[in-house]
Amino acid sequence: MGIIKTVKVAFDYFKYDEDGNVQETQRAVDNVNIDIPEGSFVAVLGHNGSGKSTFAKHINALLLPTEGTVWIDGMDTLKEPELWKIRQKAGMVFQNPDNQIIGTVVEEDVGFGPENMGIPTDDIWKRVDESLEKTGMTAYRHHSPNKLSGGQKQRVAIAGVMAMRPKCIVLDEPTAMLDPNGRKEVLEAVRQLNREEKVTVVLITHYMEEVIHADHVYVMDEGHVVMEGTPREIFSQVETLKKYRLDVPQVTLLAWELKKSGVDIPEGILTTEELVNALCQ
Amino acid sequence: MSIELKNVTYTYSPGTAYEIHALKDICLTIPDGQFIGVIGHTGSGKSTLIQHLNALIRPTSGSVLYNGEDVWAENYNRKDLRSQVGLVFQYPEHQLFESDVLSDVCFGPMNQGLSREEAEKEAEKALRQVGFKEKNFHKSPFELSGGQKKRVAIAGVLAMNPRILILDEPTAGLDPKGRDEILDQIAELHSVRGITIILVSHSMEDVAKYVERLIVVNRGEIAFDDTPKEVFSHYRELEAMGLAAPQITYIMHALKEKGLNVDPGATTVPEACEDILRALREAGSPLLKGGPAK
Repeated sequence: MGIIKTVKVAFDYFKYDEDGNVQETQRAVDNVNIDIPEGSFVAVLGHNGSGKSTFAKHINALLLPTEGTVWIDGMDTLKEPELWKIRQKAGMVFQNPDNQIIGTVVEEDVGFGPENMGIPTDDIWKRVDESLEKTGMTAYRHHSPNKLSGGQKQRVAIAGVMAMRPKCIVLDEPTAMLDPNGRKEVLEAVRQLNREEKVTVVLITHYMEEVIHADHVYVMDEGHVVMEGTPREIFSQVETLKKYRLDVPQVTLLAWELKKSGVDIPEGILTTEELVNALCQ
Repeated sequence: MSIELKNVTYTYSPGTAYEIHALKDICLTIPDGQFIGVIGHTGSGKSTLIQHLNALIRPTSGSVLYNGEDVWAENYNRKDLRSQVGLVFQYPEHQLFESDVLSDVCFGPMNQGLSREEAEKEAEKALRQVGFKEKNFHKSPFELSGGQKKRVAIAGVLAMNPRILILDEPTAGLDPKGRDEILDQIAELHSVRGITIILVSHSMEDVAKYVERLIVVNRGEIAFDDTPKEVFSHYRELEAMGLAAPQITYIMHALKEKGLNVDPGATTVPEACEDILRALREAGSPLLKGGPAK
């Protein structure tokens, strides 16, 4: 069993009338079965409303499945005594950095998580030092978070999660609000955590270029997982992706257009280097 | 019809230890009918810049002219200016507050003095123009998806019939299809209504695809102001400013370096595709053999 495993997971949102009776239900996640091995980098794609954020919130038990079971590191999220342990195993980073930073100084913000866990003070500082180091934010430890750039704020948010020493980190569109440099900074920090600390990463994004280094990609639509595979397998299917309101990286699209026009190059090109090598042999 | 900034300087917290020069001596003319992109890293001053365009903030020094008139002159009607220069903020969905979509979009035109009936006409027209479906007109704005909320917020500004529409990252957080739909509709507003569009974006690919003029703001100054093609040819300098060029620009430069005679100025996929095919044909590339002749 992988670090994240789900069997037949479904989730319903309920809409209530004024008297508190259920008026309608909407199934946001439906029959999702996945198994993510520890230490892997997984990406989840899907259009707005496809159910990917709802699904992501099951990974740290912010939401509990209406049907089916979610196991995080072998623990069933429906078993209440496990809840806090699960949340320490799986940390979450959201889209808007301003909504998740609470400290007035960077290092205090990063220490908030472990402090809540009741870690002794000396250990908290040790963890804060480590987390800031891993996200490249040590130089900013005494800064006020609101004076930082978007990319730096997100790295503080990631450091805050890392200080809880999770086995797995879920990032829900962490780069949507950032400029190109900020996107690069955050993505590099995440990839480094995955490579060097062996943290399992689940990245939800609308930027197709961010997915090309993932080990495995899931595509969601109407609450279902409709495609899965390596980035190359997924991005070879340009037309299917477009059907799901998605896209491919520009270089992949260009290669696909060239191939359609009769140029003899391989399918599923993912990087500039691959395309250049294919065209200039 | 034009907006003109003359030597505009803006300083946050002047005279204190936190003094920041957000804009420095900006001179800029925005004539009628252009589709303009504004890029710059977080904190470059681009948001401060666009807030000057509808007199939301007053320059520390210098002047802002709308059709030749100083908008900070004593008797100038700035309320009227703001209905002509519409601003859609980043996260436009946070601007929604009414109980149903139609009332929300009516808010602006009713503030301009229209009756509810007249306002509804404008609101319906605006909602249709942003591709919002009629069956959802009476839904609560909070039941809508991100893309739909953004459309409603844009319609809310559009219903006031602005001459100039400024959008601060209207597509952040939207899926690729939703992003394309909103930008296509904005481009259509530009061509059908003829209104000036100023699009602030973090996506180099989007500005390359849509705008005719690209303004780069860096450290409170205008670093570049030219066609996207020309601006992106300075991609090394853009990188030093925390920006980048579209992925296509990098591909074309890499191909050129490897000896394929392509035009490194191509910034969009169709342009690049056509140019690479031409270069391959001219080079008599073996990659073209066997494929359908073109």
